[in-house]
Amino acid sequence: MDQKYVLEVSGLTVALPKNADRPNAVENISFTVAPGEIVCVVGESGSGKSVTASAVMGLLPDALRPKGGKTLLQGEDTLTAEKSRLRDLRGTRMAMIFQEPMTALNPVTRVGEQIAEVLEIHTSMTAAERRQRAIEIMEAVHLPDPEKMVDAFPHQLSGGQRQRIMIAMALVLDPALLIADEPTTALDVTTQAQILKLIKEMQERRGTGVLFITHDFGVVAEIADRIVVMQHGRIVEYGDRDDVLRRPKAPYTQMLMASVPSMTPPERSAKTGETAVEVKTLNKVYGKTSWLSKDRIVHAVQDVDLMVRKGETLGIVGESGSGKSTVARCIARLIDPTSGSISLHGTEIATISQSQLRPHRRKVQIVFQDPYRSLNPRRTIGQSLVEAPMNFGMAEAQALKIARDLMELVGLSGDALERYPHQFSGGQRQRICIARALAVEPEVLIADEAVSALDVSVQAQVLKLLDDIRVKYNLAMLFITHDLRVAAQICDRLIVMQKGVIVEHGPTRAVYQNPQHPYTRLLLDAAPGQGMTFGSEIAPAAAQGS
Amino acid sequence: MASYLLRRVIATIPVMLIVAIFIFLLLRLTPGDPATIIAGDYANAEQVAQIRESLGLDQPIATQFVIWLGNMFQGDFGESFFYKKEVSELIAARLEPTLSLSILTIILTVVIAVPLGTLAAYKQGSWIDRGIMGFSVLGFSLPVFVIGYALIYVFSVQLGWLPVQGYQRISEGVGGWLYRLILPSIALSVIFVAFIARMTRTSVLEVLGEDYVRTARAKGQTETRVLMRHALRNAAVPIVTVIGLSFAVLIGGVVVTESVFTIPGLGLLTVEAVLARDFPTIQAVILLFSFIYVLINLIIDVSYTLLDPRIRY
Repeated sequence: MDQKYVLEVSGLTVALPKNADRPNAVENISFTVAPGEIVCVVGESGSGKSVTASAVMGLLPDALRPKGGKTLLQGEDTLTAEKSRLRDLRGTRMAMIFQEPMTALNPVTRVGEQIAEVLEIHTSMTAAERRQRAIEIMEAVHLPDPEKMVDAFPHQLSGGQRQRIMIAMALVLDPALLIADEPTTALDVTTQAQILKLIKEMQERRGTGVLFITHDFGVVAEIADRIVVMQHGRIVEYGDRDDVLRRPKAPYTQMLMASVPSMTPPERSAKTGETAVEVKTLNKVYGKTSWLSKDRIVHAVQDVDLMVRKGETLGIVGESGSGKSTVARCIARLIDPTSGSISLHGTEIATISQSQLRPHRRKVQIVFQDPYRSLNPRRTIGQSLVEAPMNFGMAEAQALKIARDLMELVGLSGDALERYPHQFSGGQRQRICIARALAVEPEVLIADEAVSALDVSVQAQVLKLLDDIRVKYNLAMLFITHDLRVAAQICDRLIVMQKGVIVEHGPTRAVYQNPQHPYTRLLLDAAPGQGMTFGSEIAPAAAQGS
Repeated sequence: MASYLLRRVIATIPVMLIVAIFIFLLLRLTPGDPATIIAGDYANAEQVAQIRESLGLDQPIATQFVIWLGNMFQGDFGESFFYKKEVSELIAARLEPTLSLSILTIILTVVIAVPLGTLAAYKQGSWIDRGIMGFSVLGFSLPVFVIGYALIYVFSVQLGWLPVQGYQRISEGVGGWLYRLILPSIALSVIFVAFIARMTRTSVLEVLGEDYVRTARAKGQTETRVLMRHALRNAAVPIVTVIGLSFAVLIGGVVVTESVFTIPGLGLLTVEAVLARDFPTIQAVILLFSFIYVLINLIIDVSYTLLDPRIRY
């Protein structure tokens, strides 16, 4: 099998169903992957990058049909292969890992058995041999104590460990081609760095050709040999990493790269407005012990102190489980803090009852991460926008007028109030969520991973919008994020949280330039694509102060 | 787990107590005097009073209840007013037919419904799917006695393959036992097949969209095994729940089937006891039904931990 390429895609076209917004999911796609090479396919959502991967694997959903072209796996076309032949190839010559390690593993089967299943399908090994082989490959992907972990269930492992299991499963039969579909997107930044290193190590050691799909230019810079940039189902740029990243030719590539927030925070003058919200020794403990069961106690948040001034943006960064969202939810009193004080303009809200809290509710508003799920799909945008003001006693006509104005403020047409959430894109929905939060004239706006689910180009616009309204309404903004690039650009001050505790606190620029705590340094070092300079400052308004 | 089981078992005590109080009062507050029925049409008031005294029915209700409860704690369920036998003996004799019928029906149901539902989910939108779901609507709409009489007419009266009615104990031969039970089991199972097939279809459909099903396909697994090993196992919790609840409903619903097919089980016993105002028997049978119901629920909950390792009590 002395092929020049492990994968050769030429002229691949996959048709979309009739009533879709464009005729083809992907159109005339051609690229190659050589042995031991990592080819990154980058693009925003809907660009067709996952469809390309699925077409190669023969895993396209029934609604999508390949219309033309070839996908040659070591010279053999997988587009025209019989189903049984495809099954033989999957797992042996081509393998795939997916975005969500939480859901990609069968939750009711032991991880060792899931790895061994590949061997059961494709080899004649005995059960004992399969188990042994599973332990070996788990060791090769650096899982701790594989002898024991082989019998674990997926939910007993961390996200990074599960992704290692997926990689072990994919590589156990040494495939020629590994397709990785956003394999690190759902992982924390430090875990992401480890998984990227592992993929690179495996690919170098085994000479595997890797087709790596991602939307993250930082990851691309970290791992790619060659880059395919896709937009609306077409390839807009294709070349070596340094050519594409340093001298992008296509306007779309240039725009994408300009949208990636820079890791260097701009100079900002300290804000001096009055204190809008002040939190002292906030604690949140989950679980309790009773005489019959010894439940685990989790200190989600421990002795957190923070303060946000009017017109200021305070960032809270940290990985999953750091307690950053719990802090936000306590401040909005969506959950009740276990102890501590939350003072909103001098009013203590940490301990007051729900009925006493009601008049204060409007002062703190949240914009959540997932714009697809935070709008009620059965209510029009208008209904969603007027609900909160009317709860606080506003007449419907006036609430509608305000809603109309807010829609224009967030860059949408006031006529769109009649429409339903599914008729908008993710970025538009997030704008609607922002408008909804603003409808009750809050004093504190919490953005909880508000731009994390958005494509970079949309992300840049929404960040700009958030910063504009902060200035316009002199809002105190609490910005929760795991993304250090975003935090660098939008936050005046920064809190770094780890395991429920604040480990570092200071002006953003100072934290980035001179991190004091080892964990902060670890986080900053793990951010992918350090070597590249991306984008510009998203929020020049912030830099000038208010 | 052990402490969970202990808690659940302790929790059944108040449930059973409430059921006991409820049936006890219900029987005594509804019209119909057992003494009058036992004494017959020609008895005089004195004889009736005597019978009432001998049955203990002249005592205040609270006293009667305390005596009944106290006896039950010693394992004595009382003597039937009508049959003049120990109630526990009566029930023991009638338990086998009812359990046989229910268990056979539920086995038949699961064997038919789960594969049908899985197939319908896999072939979603095809004529197979539509056919199975059409049958399911039909199965829901037909009452048990209609199906029962129709089956008797076709297989017993016209074809003469199967007996019209009756029951044979399993100790007298499995063949005969099965021969006499098969028709009532089919009649009973139709509605449950319809229900569980539908439930299985919904549950499997949901799971088929999951990422791990895609992972299994990406490994090169065959479609049959993707369905059996990955989809069905993950879809099992809701399916097992409705199977368990169906079994409980089945046992409660044998009254009708046993009447149609004249099977001497608990269902017929209940009917006879109610007509005769046989208080001790009615009370014991209903308590038993409630207990079985509570027990099935506990078994369902415990089965979750076997099906899904993420569920721990």
